[in-house]
This record gives sequence, structure tokens and C-alpha cells, in this order.
Amino acid sequence: MTVSKREVIIIGGGPAGLAAAVKLKQLGIHDLLIIEREKELGGILRQCIHDGFGLTRFKEALSGPEYAQRFKEEVLKLGIDYITDTTVIEISADKQIIAASKEGLKTYQSKAIILTMGCRERTHGAISIPGARPAGVYTAGVAQAYMNLKNIAIGKKVVILGSGDIGLIMARRMTLEGAKVEAVFELQPYPSGLPRNIEQCLNDYSIPLFLSHTVTNIKGTSRLEGITVSQVDERFKPIPGTEKDYECDTLILSVGLIPENELSLLAGVELDERTKGPKVDENFQTSVKGIFAAGNVLHVHDLVDYVSLEAENLAQNVAIYLNNGELDHCSINIETDLNFGYTVPQHISAKKDFKVSMRVKKPYRNCRIDILQSGHIIKSIKMRKAIPAEMIQIPVKWHELKNFETLKVVVVND
Amino acid sequence: MLQLSIQGVMTVEKIYDVIIVGSGVVGSAVARELSRYKLNIAVLEKELDVCSETSGRNSGVLHAGFNNRTGSLMAKYCVEGCLGFDQVAKELNIPFKRTGKMVVGFNEEDLAKLKSLKEQGDKNGVPGLEIVGKDQIKSLAPHIGGEFALYSPMTGILNPFIYTIALAENAHKNGAEFFLDHEVTSIHRSENLYWVNTKKQQFRTKWVINCAGLNSDKIAKMFGIDDYTIYPCRGEYFILDQKAGQYLEMPAYPVPNIKVGGLGIHITPSIDGNILVGPSTEYIDEKDNYASTQKIMDLLIQDGGKIFPYLKREYFIRNFTGIRPKLVGENEGGYADFVIEKRKSIPNSIHLVGIESPGLTSAIPLARRVVELIAQDQSLTENKNFDPDQKGIMNFKEQTTEMKRTLIEKDANYGEIICRCETITKAEILEAIHNPLGVDTVVGIKNRTRAMMGRCQGGYCQTRISELILEEKMKSESEILYSRNGSNMFVGKVRSL
Repeated sequence: MTVSKREVIIIGGGPAGLAAAVKLKQLGIHDLLIIEREKELGGILRQCIHDGFGLTRFKEALSGPEYAQRFKEEVLKLGIDYITDTTVIEISADKQIIAASKEGLKTYQSKAIILTMGCRERTHGAISIPGARPAGVYTAGVAQAYMNLKNIAIGKKVVILGSGDIGLIMARRMTLEGAKVEAVFELQPYPSGLPRNIEQCLNDYSIPLFLSHTVTNIKGTSRLEGITVSQVDERFKPIPGTEKDYECDTLILSVGLIPENELSLLAGVELDERTKGPKVDENFQTSVKGIFAAGNVLHVHDLVDYVSLEAENLAQNVAIYLNNGELDHCSINIETDLNFGYTVPQHISAKKDFKVSMRVKKPYRNCRIDILQSGHIIKSIKMRKAIPAEMIQIPVKWHELKNFETLKVVVVND
Repeated sequence: MLQLSIQGVMTVEKIYDVIIVGSGVVGSAVARELSRYKLNIAVLEKELDVCSETSGRNSGVLHAGFNNRTGSLMAKYCVEGCLGFDQVAKELNIPFKRTGKMVVGFNEEDLAKLKSLKEQGDKNGVPGLEIVGKDQIKSLAPHIGGEFALYSPMTGILNPFIYTIALAENAHKNGAEFFLDHEVTSIHRSENLYWVNTKKQQFRTKWVINCAGLNSDKIAKMFGIDDYTIYPCRGEYFILDQKAGQYLEMPAYPVPNIKVGGLGIHITPSIDGNILVGPSTEYIDEKDNYASTQKIMDLLIQDGGKIFPYLKREYFIRNFTGIRPKLVGENEGGYADFVIEKRKSIPNSIHLVGIESPGLTSAIPLARRVVELIAQDQSLTENKNFDPDQKGIMNFKEQTTEMKRTLIEKDANYGEIICRCETITKAEILEAIHNPLGVDTVVGIKNRTRAMMGRCQGGYCQTRISELILEEKMKSESEILYSRNGSNMFVGKVRSL
């Protein structure tokens, strides 16, 4: 068995992996390898043929494949090593990697591993919708892959459950290809997708969005024949008497994304119950020394631009790690009140500047986000609106910290 | 020579010795056991694959036989099937594990019931039954709740799809012909033969073996046997992620309420490492209503949670339901015995009716009984070419790293991981697509390989698998079926190129 040695191995050649690779190379780390399981680099961007990517990172609107192309060109120009059609099947805490491809099983030993495997969709089964199990029920990403990558049409009369961004994008996409999208139903009392997607994908095509609704029955023994939707109360229980039937042959689910950390767990990486991604410090280092994570494998982002920026930030820290052999110890925890879903990072050193990413659990208008230490506000941001669909990032300078106590992030109504 | 029947369908030229109606686990076992003899055998199945109804939709437990009334066929065949299963599993090369099982109790009343269950099991000839206390429960299965339990060391778990498919493929290898998508519509007798009609073809045969499960009453009626009514009794399940699997060593059952006609909502590890929670017991009107309901889902969570503390929503990956073909209705309750009947007045037909739990365990003994019943009326000649051994699809994930290397060297398709959750390779998918029975539904591939059964439920691999079926079977998009007729996955191309 031959073992190939590398300084850095990046698992996953999607937006996070590509951005990390390019940045590392620019910082003088040359011995790196991207391992990608698909035939091409680009990750989920390959199937996102709509535009709106890159407004932050490149100051222009690009399609998903165009956005990926910017990074792929850099990868080629800089001569970064990558292999495709190769699936990592094992990783260990001592940073050994086994990957399978048609050429065989390859073993690698790396000084650092960067986890950029992205996320997967929450499924039909995971949300336990009552009713039958006919054909014609697809998650939004699977529907998108069939349509945009395989040229396969999945249905003609569509209902969408969940107002996640991919679901909204698919509402427009299917309408443009001649399907009739009856409506979008969202369990929460607010949309989970971005306001611009509500506007451009639903309102522009007169597709109604019903908040506080869910699917309470699926009908059809072979192909989907129809669904029943009900209004839900504040505890998300269907309200009897509010049932309404829709005839449809397709139900698309856009009910959330889950960071994909099966490999991370094999290496003993500790996960955060809230994000379902690794717990990381300000350097994006996980609980296992030398294993780093960024992008949707860490926490689900709203925009790919922030994925790239996060991965570039990670790359700077990985470069320091490789040059110095270690990074500052991060023993200060960041906590939140109950109004936030999570923060990333979860730990800091208080020795350098960092950026806290977070999402509120429900919408706020004219609120303040305070970062407290020992009961004192060390940072306060006023926000006209804060919504669950949008990730909030607050940069903190190390000198703004008062001491080495836990940080707490809270939201305050102004 | 083909001839046109009255129904306007062609009659198959060959005259069969035996036609088996239904290819669930019992029909497939009967086909396999009969293929030990020189017989022309045909299996007629209304669905597009074997194991499409009751046989595949259950807990996947090899029962020890203590739940059944002493002296009943259920008790007899269940014990025989359980004790002999190691040999069957070895021949068919299927995954199987004797995990043992706990029937847990919480109070004195439960204890009394457990004791009488043990007594019944002892009488039935079930080896090793033991009443154990909390300490022993904790040492054998640390996460199961309960004050005491009946521990049955012989109980095991298996994958009912893989088992039934292996039986059917072994029967097929030994000469039995399988006609899928052939629903029997009528049967009549003439010229000392049975003329069996399906929508596609008409068959002639000396013997008919009714293994039609939920529709065994309907098939019996075609012979003029009006005595039987099948009462469909639905059971719903949750499937939990393999991440929860680490907390469960063996099936854990509550003390059964005999009157209900089910074993109660239990927690079972699957042979593949998931956990099943269920089934409920609900009499319904239709024989093909596999819907899940909110009411029962809530009940499963409530009752299952009593014996297993890791019943968390984050572990839910899917629901499914099965339907028991019961011979007793809701008012009567409980269990009727298996019926395996040959009537003098209706020659050359054997009817297996009401084969509900423990049917999966009892399939081989029931099939042997069918052979005996045929042998009473005609001499059977041994099929010298019969090969009891079957080689299933090799599971790449289960192999050692060295073996994985060798496999990829021999066939590069082993190096292409199609299903990432279950680590299923392209080589396995291709072998499944080209299965000997000719099944090409998406669910058919799923049941043969486990691809799409994991936590992402095909989110990653379903598009690839659909594409492989398209390519390998040279089908068009609109011809790809999910499971049964009418379950078309797609409506065509997005744009014609």
C-alpha cells in the first residue's frame, strides 16, 4: 500500500473547497490536493443555473456555473492539484484519508484536512408527512438536478412545501418550463427563503405563498394524485377544519438543509447540535487539531459569496497552522440567548480579530444585537430588520474584548 | 403453439406442473422448495417485483415461536423455521444475525404474562427462554427499558427483501419461471388442467398453489372456496438513522396484548443497522392502502419511547406501513392459525391463507408442507441439478480494505460510489439493474442494494440510479417506474435536444 503525502487535502470541490484552495495557493501553500466525487469541480453550483451569485464577492450577478467557473479558472491557472470522480470513504483523526475511484483505493497522509463537503437536504421521511408514498415527491435539490443536469422533466402540476431558497428557485424554474405551480406552503409564520427570491420567483409569477401551513396528507397509490394542506397553530399543530385539497402530480420539498458530516464523525470531529456542523474556533479548526471546516458543511449559508469568503478566511488560518505548526488556543466560548439558532465560531482565543456568524430564530424589526462579556456590552449593532433567512455576521476586534470570559450574543428589541 | 383464449389473450404453449400465485416470501419459498424436483414451475405475481406487499413490509424478525398457541401450525412451523434458518441463510448467502430478543414488562401483571409466555414457548420447543431481571436486561441490552423481561436467545433479524429475492432468484436459477406484472384474473378447470388467466397471458397447469397473501381469499374464491375472508390489518413504522442503531442490540417488545392481534409496538434493529419502530395494529378496509397517519405516528413515538429512550425526531429517516392478511376481524381479535389446505373436492390445488406473522420465519416449513401435499398425489422426481446455493450482490462496504482494493482492480465500477450514505458502488447497482428476474423499478434497485435507503433518502444517488436504469435498459424518461404500474417518475425531457 502506497501512501501519498500532502500538506493539505481539501475534501469537496464545491464553492468552499475551491475558494480555500485558491487562497492557500496564493499564500504560498503549494502541496495541496482537492478531492471531488463528481466528474467536475463546482459542487452544487453546477445545477444552480439561475443568476444572483457573486453580488458580494465579485460585485456582479453571475449564474452558479459562472460563479464556479471564476474559481475553476484560478485553480487551473495556479496549477492546483485536484482529482475528480473520487469519493473519500474514510478519514481518521491522524489525518489519513482513503478515497475510492475507478483507478483504485488511494491512501493519503495529510498535515491538514479541510472539510468542505457541503450539505444535504432534509427529506420527506425526516419530516414525517402523513399519507401515501407515491412517485412524484422530490426534494427541491433533486428536482433541480433532474431538470438542470439530466434534462429530465419531473411533473406538470406542482405544489411546493417549504419556502427555502431552492424551493422558490424551482417554483420559477418549473413555471418557465411549462409546469403549473399551484402554491408554496410554509410551516413557519415567515418565509425561510430570501426576500429577493420571494419577489423574483413567486410574486413575479403570481405563485401564492401561504404561511403557517403544512401538508397533512399525500394521496395516490402509484403517482402522486393530490395533497391536503392545513393551517397550523403557533405550536405548528394542524388546525382541524382548515384542510384544503390540491390536485397535483408533483410535491417539491424545500424544508431545510443539513450539513453533511458523516466523514467528520469518522475522524472524531465534535459536532454542534444546533448547526449539525463541527464546532470550530476563530481559525475554523475543529475539535481535531489540523482538521478545518468551512462553508455549508459548517453551517448552512444564505449566499454562496459568504461561503467563499469564509473559506478564504479559513485558508489564511490553515497557512499559519502549516507554517507555525499550531494556532492559538481558543478556550473562550461564545454563547447565545434563545433568540439565536447558533453562532460560528463557537470558541475564540481573544488574541485576534474574528467574525461571528449567526441567525435569529424569528424575524425582528428595529432590533439591536449586543455582544456581552461579564455582563458588559462590548459591541452593539443596530438592525432595521433581522430575519431567519439571512445570516448575520458581526466582526469583532480583539482589543474590544474586556477579558477572557465567555461571550454572549443577545438580541434586544429597541 | 400459441392459441387465443376466450379473454383475447394468448395461451402459453407450455403446460406447467405447478403454478404458484404470489411471489411473497411464501410463494418464493414454495417455488424454491419445489424446484428441488423435476417440475415445470411458474410463479405469477401481480406486482412488478417479488416481496412487494406483506413480506417486505414488516419488522424483519426471525421469530423463535413462543408467541403462538401450542399445537398450532404457527407454533410448529415458526420453531422449525427458526431453528433451521442458519442453514438457509448460509445457502442463500444472506445477512442474518441471532441477536436474541427481549419482551419487557413493567409490573406484576406483565410478569405473570411473561411467565405464561415462557411456559408456552417451552412447550412449543423454543430453546433457551429465560425470565431475566433488570440487571440482566442492562447487561444484554443497556438502553432498553423494563423491570424484567422474557429473553429469547434464538430470535434473529434479517432483511426480508434480500431473503425473499434470494429465494426467488434461487428458484429461478433452478428452473422456476417468474411472470411479474401478471395478476390472476380468473381460473377455470377443463381437460384435467387449471386454466389460469392473467391480463397478459393464459396459463395451463396441473397444480395451483395459492400463496396470494392479502388476496389469498380472492384466489380461493376462484376455486369455489368461499370460507375465507382476509381482514387487512395495517401496521405503521418509523425507520431510524443508523446513528441510533448503536443503542439497540436486539429487538425489544412490550408484553403482547393477545386480543389485539399484533405483537405490540416494538423496537427492532434492522440487519443493516437502522432501527424500526412499530407496528401499530389497525383494521382497514382496503388491501393496498399503505398510507401513514398522523394519529399512529404520534402513538408510535409515545409507545416506542416507553421501551427505548433514543426515539428522537432527528433520527427519523422514513415511515412505512405493512398490511397483515388476517383471518380474524377486529371484533374477534387475536390470531387465527395458518391455513394450508388441499380439498378432496377441489383437486390439485393448495391454499395457503392467513399467512401473517410469523410467516417470514415459517416460509420454508410451509413450503416443505406444500411439497408433502403434492407428493401425496403424485410421485416427485428429484431434480439432480438443483443447487441450493445462491450468491447475492456482494456488499462493497462490508469488505476489508484489501478486498476493496482487489474488487476495484478487477472491476473499476467498484471504485465509483453511487450511494454515499450506504457506500453502494456502481458495480452493485449494475448487478441489481441486471437482476435475473428482470425487475427494473427504482424500488427494485433499492431493495436489492440498499442504495437510497440511507439518511439522505436518495438525495445524492437517485438521479444517478435513474440515469443508469435509462442507459442500461434503454428506456425513455417517461418509462421509468418508481415501484408499480402507474408510478412513473418522470413526464419526459425538459427540452428536446
